[in-house]
Amino acid sequence: MIAVVDYGVNNLRSVVRALQAGGHEATLTTEADEVRVADRVLVPGVGNFGQGSRNLAASGLGHAVREVAGAGRPVMGICLGLQLLFETSEEAPDARGLGLLRGRVRRFANTLHVPHVGWARVDLTEAGRRHAMLGPLFGSEPRFFYHVHSYHPAQLPANSVLGTGEYDAVFPTLVGSDTVIGAQFHPEKSQRAGIELLDAFARWSP
Amino acid sequence: MLARRIIPCLDVAGGRVVKGVHFESLRDAGDPVEQAARYDAEGADELVFLDISASPDERRTTLEMVSRVADSIFIPFTVGGGIRSVTDAGAALRAGADKISVNTAAVRDPLLVSRLAESFGSQCVVAAVDVKRIDGRLTVVVNGGREKTPLEARAWMRELEALGAGEILLTSMDRDGTGSGYDLELLRVAASAVTIPIIASGGAGNLGHLAEALEAGAHGVLAATIFHFRGSSLPEARAFLRERGYPVRP
Repeated sequence: MIAVVDYGVNNLRSVVRALQAGGHEATLTTEADEVRVADRVLVPGVGNFGQGSRNLAASGLGHAVREVAGAGRPVMGICLGLQLLFETSEEAPDARGLGLLRGRVRRFANTLHVPHVGWARVDLTEAGRRHAMLGPLFGSEPRFFYHVHSYHPAQLPANSVLGTGEYDAVFPTLVGSDTVIGAQFHPEKSQRAGIELLDAFARWSP
Repeated sequence: MLARRIIPCLDVAGGRVVKGVHFESLRDAGDPVEQAARYDAEGADELVFLDISASPDERRTTLEMVSRVADSIFIPFTVGGGIRSVTDAGAALRAGADKISVNTAAVRDPLLVSRLAESFGSQCVVAAVDVKRIDGRLTVVVNGGREKTPLEARAWMRELEALGAGEILLTSMDRDGTGSGYDLELLRVAASAVTIPIIASGGAGNLGHLAEALEAGAHGVLAATIFHFRGSSLPEARAFLRERGYPVRP
């Protein structure tokens, strides 16, 4: 069973539906105990890092996600959910994320319009092509995913940048470590490409 | 590099998709949920759902319809028509919309755009602007084109951007439903006036029109008639634009 963590940010129903579209059993939950026993956990979300951090802490859900990750079971973050896997974000310097990934979360520093909204092409890095979950997904056709964000992961160890997008400058949009993966974009809004990515997460056995 | 967007539009009244000419002489074009699911599967980049109900009774069925549509698609989804407050917008977003579109209500109360942007983020706020040429002037009209305003299109779009709109859905009322092509001059005016994305609407009659609008500076092309009635499919539209060098999704 995949637990989709509901920590009080926005509409999360579409994430559950996209997992179900791939034939997987997923439950939206606000219960830390339910997260703790899940086979794998997905942390979605749209909104502010500070608010997300407070909600994860107050509900005990953040602690439960760290336990799942600590036990070596797969964890995936999406958008704000991905940013919350890091320790800190420029968006709310005093707030603490879960610290499951090394690096920072930074605001777009370019001169283009922020937020970055739309279908952006995502290219795998060398590490991404070697990645068991991602490698087989990206064939010869370019893959586009729907992005809506003002902040993105930055200053990561090189081997944890798995895929990049480009908006004036190249930025990491798929990141991960051994059992943790994150997408800055919204697979649940990225039609077939997104449903397949979530399907790959649901089948991933790192 | 952002892909250019192809956006089918569902005008919905009384729980059915309808389409007319200049917003009148409406024809039935099917069930919204079926249509939405079909466009999603065919590779639409987004979907716009505009409630053009004439009566409050019809409007009541809309939110339920929004959530059924949201449950059957996996692409961004904009809902507009009859949104007059942050509360109305919140209800549409909770029902599953990703963005909300405001038009008449923004003209009556421009600060509504700011309140929406503050509450939900500017990426959520689509400012719909309907334009009619009146004595050679690009005049903003409201109420489905029935009422003209003192606003000039260029100045109004700049104001909307300053108020926090995330994108502009720009409809030529002169071209709407005619199939005679987008108003390219209007699009060029818009593209030079603001930096936020412009979605071209009103007048698409063939695939060449979609390319013309992108060439004129539109980030996305919205169309109803060519997809509902004229037999053009989304895969055809994507292939046509890709062959001409526009960045579109495969």
